[in-house]
Amino acid sequence: MMNNEPIIQIKNLSRSFGDILAVDRVSFVINPGEVFGLLGPNGAGKTTTVRMLAALLEPTSGEAYVAGFQIGKEDQKIRRKIGLLPEAPGLYDALTAEQNLAFYGAMYGVEEISRQIKHYLEFLGLWNRRHEPVATFSKGMRQKLAIARALLHEPEVLFLDEPTSGLDPQAARLVREFIAGLKGEGRTIILCTHNLEEADRLCDRVAFVNGHLVALDSPKVLRRKIFGRKVVFHLVEAKTEFTQVVEPFDFVSEVQVVENKILASVEDPEKNNPEVIRALVEEGAEIQFVGELRRRLEDVYLELMKSAEGSNNG
Amino acid sequence: MDRIRAIIVKEWREVFKNKFVFFTVAFLPLMITALPLGMIYFATGSESFAGVTAADLPPQFSAMCGELSGGDCMMYYIVTQFLLLFMMIPVIIPMTIASYSIVGEKTTRTLEPLLVTPVTTLEILVGKGLAGIIPAVSATWIGYLLYAAGAHIMVDNPAVVGKLFDPLWMTAIFVVGPLLSVFGVSIAVMISSRVNDPRVAEQISGIFVLPVVGLFIGQTTGFILVNQQFILWMAGILLVLDSVLFYFAIQIFQRETILSRWK
Repeated sequence: MMNNEPIIQIKNLSRSFGDILAVDRVSFVINPGEVFGLLGPNGAGKTTTVRMLAALLEPTSGEAYVAGFQIGKEDQKIRRKIGLLPEAPGLYDALTAEQNLAFYGAMYGVEEISRQIKHYLEFLGLWNRRHEPVATFSKGMRQKLAIARALLHEPEVLFLDEPTSGLDPQAARLVREFIAGLKGEGRTIILCTHNLEEADRLCDRVAFVNGHLVALDSPKVLRRKIFGRKVVFHLVEAKTEFTQVVEPFDFVSEVQVVENKILASVEDPEKNNPEVIRALVEEGAEIQFVGELRRRLEDVYLELMKSAEGSNNG
Repeated sequence: MDRIRAIIVKEWREVFKNKFVFFTVAFLPLMITALPLGMIYFATGSESFAGVTAADLPPQFSAMCGELSGGDCMMYYIVTQFLLLFMMIPVIIPMTIASYSIVGEKTTRTLEPLLVTPVTTLEILVGKGLAGIIPAVSATWIGYLLYAAGAHIMVDNPAVVGKLFDPLWMTAIFVVGPLLSVFGVSIAVMISSRVNDPRVAEQISGIFVLPVVGLFIGQTTGFILVNQQFILWMAGILLVLDSVLFYFAIQIFQRETILSRWK
């Protein structure tokens, strides 16, 4: 289903458990081939949202479509189109890696199951361990096997809940590279993670949720929306009077000198920087290099959550 | 059908690696078969049956003996005593297997990846159910055949052994046995949804074996007579009970229920 229609559409989706409102009127769309991050604190409703989209839980209100099928009404069709890597790998310990995958192959009705098993086990470096019980596997190997399980039936949409949680850096990197590779195949990936660096690296867009939708956009745009674009001018010596050269520009705000650097919020650095540089050079500044201060997605997250809490309390 | 078969094979691969489950499935039927055979062995060696008359037996049971002599009727009485013991196999084995299977899936968190596949609730339940019912019913039937063969060797009168193949036994073994297995599985499913330790699930499920034990004691002490009518009633009640319990088991095994209400 590779067209311009969104592969996931959510309209005012809510879900309560008794008196607790876990997901509150969330709406967004996800495009085919997109890597979409679902971020938020514990208990923010990320897993509940994923479970609703994976046709595991029914929404209390609102509607959602996955691969063109409505959740709650066409669940069986949705299940054929999606793969899920839950937070816990949930593998059968007494079974071998191959038996685990063969079982799930039967559940999905995968044709040429042996070929698929070989393909993914080889790709994830587990082929030589295929006859060993999963109980003997390390956490990283289990996670890789769980990923293979989620991909066995070649789903259009893949939900990954904390895919690198608890993995050592090497295994985590391998999994991240694998996810990036899947993106290259045009698969849609919904990534729930607390690892914001990972989300920043992999996701085209991210949604911050805290029961409700707090913000949604690409990490780059979110950074700009919240912090603007800060340019760092590295000088041989940063004098205080240089601020008076930079501040008069209409497109510049928040100028500060920190050690041998001048930091300034610039509206459109690509367009405006040459003017600022020229002015600084004319004033005698010796510029070593110019760069953009890159805020971490974690800063965006903390800022958004602070604002969300503020608006909730206010 | 492929999914059900895959679930059955997966269940067996898993649960039979558990020593306790394996012991229950392998040794319970052996014990239940060996015990009555031992009793028959000692009874046939005893001369005290020679003077037994119909008056020494419960009157309703004497009526079941037909042309058999007093001694043979007593032997038939002893042989029939153990019928209800065989009824315990199809309840206990599926309860054990289903308890370990379902609670095992809960504790190892394997249910969510399973539920996200296109497998239906009915397929999961039938697969898990059959994984318990097939070994239980097979063990019951094999045990019964061994018992019949043993009795054939030890009991002189072929008419007494022939009674083991009368409609009473056939209905009990081939109809009531499987119905009891479905009962055992349904009970185990319901209990397993509420607990997180297979041993606890098994112990609570064990309460539901007590009626069978009660019937066995009642029959042994002469309070209850297990005859054809009794077995037919039992089959009818179990059929209704199984339908109701299986309906509840399906409700309990809905994805929504498992993920939002199971503990």
